[in-house]
Amino acid sequence: MVPLSWYLIFAAALFSIGLFGVLSRRNAVAILLGIELMLNSVNINLVAFWRYGNTANMMGQVFAIIVFAVAAAEVAVGLALVISVYRRRNTVVADEIDMMKW
Amino acid sequence: MTGEQITFLVVALFTLGSGFMVVTTGNLVHAALWLVSTLFGVAVTYAVLDAAFLAVVQVVVYIGAIAILFIFAVMLTRKDMRDQGPQMNKNWWFGALLSVSTFGGLYFLLQGWSGLSKTAAAIPSGFDAVAELGNALVSPTAYVLPFEVASVLLVAALVGAVYVAFNRK
Amino acid sequence: MTNETLIWLIPLPPVLAFFLIVLLTNKSKALSHTIGVGAAFLSWLGSMVVFVSALGVEHLGEHPFESSINWLPTGNTWFRIGVLIDPLGAAVLFFVSITIFMIFLYSVGYHNFGQPAGDHDRAGLPPHGATIEDHRHKHAVPSVEPMYSRFFAFLGLFAFGMYVLVVSDNLLTMFVGWEIMGLCSYLLIGFWYGKESARNAAIKAFMTTRIGDVFMLLGIAFLYSATGTLNFREIFTEEKLHMLVTTPSAFGFSAAGMIALLLFIGTIGKSAQFPLHVWLPDAMEGPTPVSAMIHAATMVSAGVYAVIRMFPLLSLDPKTMSIVAFIGAFTALFAATIAVAQNDIKRVLAYSTISQLGFMIAALGVGAYVAAAFHLITHAFFKALLFLGSGSVIHGMEHGVLHTGNHHVDPQDMFNMGGLKNKMPITFWTFLIGGFALSGFPIITAGFWSKDEILADAFGHGHMAVFITLAVAAFMTAFYTMRQITLTFLGEPRTKEAEHAQETPWTMTAPLVVLAFFAVTYGWVGIPEHFPLLGGLVPNWFHEFVGGTLAEHPEVLEFNIIPLLTSLFVALGGLFFGWFVYRNVNSPGEDKLQIPVLKNKWYFDEAYDFLFVKPATWVAEILIYKWMDKGLIDGILHIFGPATQGLGSVIRNYIDLPVINRFFGDGSADVTYWFGGKLRAVQTGRVQQYLMFALVTFVLIGAALFFFRLLA
Repeated sequence: MVPLSWYLIFAAALFSIGLFGVLSRRNAVAILLGIELMLNSVNINLVAFWRYGNTANMMGQVFAIIVFAVAAAEVAVGLALVISVYRRRNTVVADEIDMMKW
Repeated sequence: MTGEQITFLVVALFTLGSGFMVVTTGNLVHAALWLVSTLFGVAVTYAVLDAAFLAVVQVVVYIGAIAILFIFAVMLTRKDMRDQGPQMNKNWWFGALLSVSTFGGLYFLLQGWSGLSKTAAAIPSGFDAVAELGNALVSPTAYVLPFEVASVLLVAALVGAVYVAFNRK
Repeated sequence: MTNETLIWLIPLPPVLAFFLIVLLTNKSKALSHTIGVGAAFLSWLGSMVVFVSALGVEHLGEHPFESSINWLPTGNTWFRIGVLIDPLGAAVLFFVSITIFMIFLYSVGYHNFGQPAGDHDRAGLPPHGATIEDHRHKHAVPSVEPMYSRFFAFLGLFAFGMYVLVVSDNLLTMFVGWEIMGLCSYLLIGFWYGKESARNAAIKAFMTTRIGDVFMLLGIAFLYSATGTLNFREIFTEEKLHMLVTTPSAFGFSAAGMIALLLFIGTIGKSAQFPLHVWLPDAMEGPTPVSAMIHAATMVSAGVYAVIRMFPLLSLDPKTMSIVAFIGAFTALFAATIAVAQNDIKRVLAYSTISQLGFMIAALGVGAYVAAAFHLITHAFFKALLFLGSGSVIHGMEHGVLHTGNHHVDPQDMFNMGGLKNKMPITFWTFLIGGFALSGFPIITAGFWSKDEILADAFGHGHMAVFITLAVAAFMTAFYTMRQITLTFLGEPRTKEAEHAQETPWTMTAPLVVLAFFAVTYGWVGIPEHFPLLGGLVPNWFHEFVGGTLAEHPEVLEFNIIPLLTSLFVALGGLFFGWFVYRNVNSPGEDKLQIPVLKNKWYFDEAYDFLFVKPATWVAEILIYKWMDKGLIDGILHIFGPATQGLGSVIRNYIDLPVINRFFGDGSADVTYWFGGKLRAVQTGRVQQYLMFALVTFVLIGAALFFFRLLA
């Protein structure tokens, strides 16, 4: 008898935590960790809606699968970038990678 | 409080707690490991939601690949084996504020939605979620196209990642 | 051609001559004088024809030659102008035409026609003589006037003005002729414009007569508004005269008296009576024919003629008559006192003119209409004769000056003359006749008859003060005339120049002879009937003829012996005294009558200068020019320049530069720059901050939409 709202709130909380991590962490890798949390919370939302809606319609789960794939791809590329930047600049502190400015 | 609710609460708290540790711990390797635990908690949530396949895929893909990737990245981007300096940037309080307000906003929005207190319907017997998921993924009238495109995306990401991180000597 | 048409044509030849000479023949001296003299001759001829026909008309006074045309439209009626020859007009026409003709002829010789051009002669200055070589002898001879043609042109215009005045039948055209002569007197007195004294004299003449003219114009306007007409015959009707005399005007005069007074003031100016007499002596600056013309024949006579014309109006108000008589008598005596102390031959004649005009005015003031007209005509003859004679004398003296080469000798100063009787006989005898006529030498000169008639009328009507004043003035007239003749012609030459004086050519002496003839004979047309012995032999044609002009024939006075004896005594006595005192006087030092106050004309010029000229000059130069024009008006204008400049600089320095340039112009740039600089800080390049901004914006927009009910 778990109401849907609990799952949604749970997902929202996880999303906020991930957001906090993205906004506040110094290390670039840590930022990506936060992003992972946010993606996971989205997935929870999707699956919860599948389960609490029409379970015959598999769109919820299919969407979640696609999100997996996207998350994986994004992490791969993102970490590749972080590594590449680290090689050039010898730092992974996000604040120090600030050349995209005037 | 039914058993389902207690189960849910325990899992949720575990996941949220792990997630919180991910974003606050100073040691980056610890953070990665905490991520593993968070992902594990999410997998259990999938299982509770009768999405068994997804739970397994979560463990295999996320924990088995992505978290490992993170650990590799952490190791490749360390100047030395210890972490240096604080882990929060200058404006972390603003980030905290923002995330709290986001949560608050979401909560507030959710309150206004009528279908919030829906309870889960029972799953009809004989309903094979995995088979249905498989069908949906490859059926031409269903979601075969996103499925194939996702695979193309993975190829692109793969090639791209390799190229970006390629170490020319 | 009828008489009326001929009268219209009489003024025409001189004005045609003026235009022809000015426009066409200025360069040719011979052609110009031919046109001028020819025009004067034609007008004389026309005048003679009219005069002779006028003599033949019975009661010309009631049926004069008249002709008029519509001229100005005045509402529903017309203002008419025209010509009128009544007996007075005919008599005046006679003497005016002959004297003008004589003067034109005289001018040919006076301006040395036929002589070579002078060595140093310039237009605007009197000619100074030319040197000609003759058998290796250098002679200085008189030179021809450079502005010869111009003189005849002006003279023609002058003649035109006088003729217009004489033939007019209304006050307006009479005034037009009056003013034309005023202009010509200015032009001719200032003929030698290179001399400053001539220029000043011309302005003085014009200004002084102008004062009189203003009052005259007021009188004409008053008359027109009171009667609605300016035509002489219409004004002098019973009803109009009665209306005018019964209408009261200011200062206790009737309307008639006031009008007559105003018109008389015009005559005071034009005929140089006291107090506007100051211009006439200075007018001697003009060439002598001009002096003769203006001061004998025409202009000053015009003033008296105007009063004679208006006599019916004048005689209505006793107050005006007394003023007229007083001014006339006073002027006669006043001018005579000045004349005895003058040394310039022309000045003596000038003051004598003023004095004789005073006689005529006084005659009109006591009501002696015919006597005044008579004296006007005889005076014109002998005064013109005297002036032309003096011009001849001056010419003779100049000949002597050229001979000796001493240009510091004044050829007009009587004390440089003497003994000219033998050198210039024709001039001497004609001058003598003229002088005797002026003095009133009995029987054989015209002046006697006219002057005697004035004295008789004054005595007979009981105006004793006028009688005595005029008698004294007549004595002085004879005295200074003989003084003049003695000093000029009698005795021995006092200077070398006088020794070498010569008689002048026929063009100058012939007019003298003609005028002398009239100066002798004209008096005999006016012999009073009751004169002892001679009266009644010849009818008093003049009295009959001219007296017929008035509506009522003037009365013939009973003969009284006292005025006759008085005039015999003053004339002969004055002549004798003049000869007696001056036969041995050879220099101004010996002349006991060189009293400063007389010599300086009772200091009237100085007084007028102080009272009128200096204040007027002050007003013009200091008040108007310096203070108002340059100070106030230019000052205001000069304020505009710096004010505008100041305003401009204020706008520039306080608005344009700081506000518009710096505040708005530079300011907007600086603000944009500063703003950009500040905004730049947003773009830190830090991804987390970008994300934070995006989220904040997202939240804000979401909240806004939510709260504006766009989002549930």
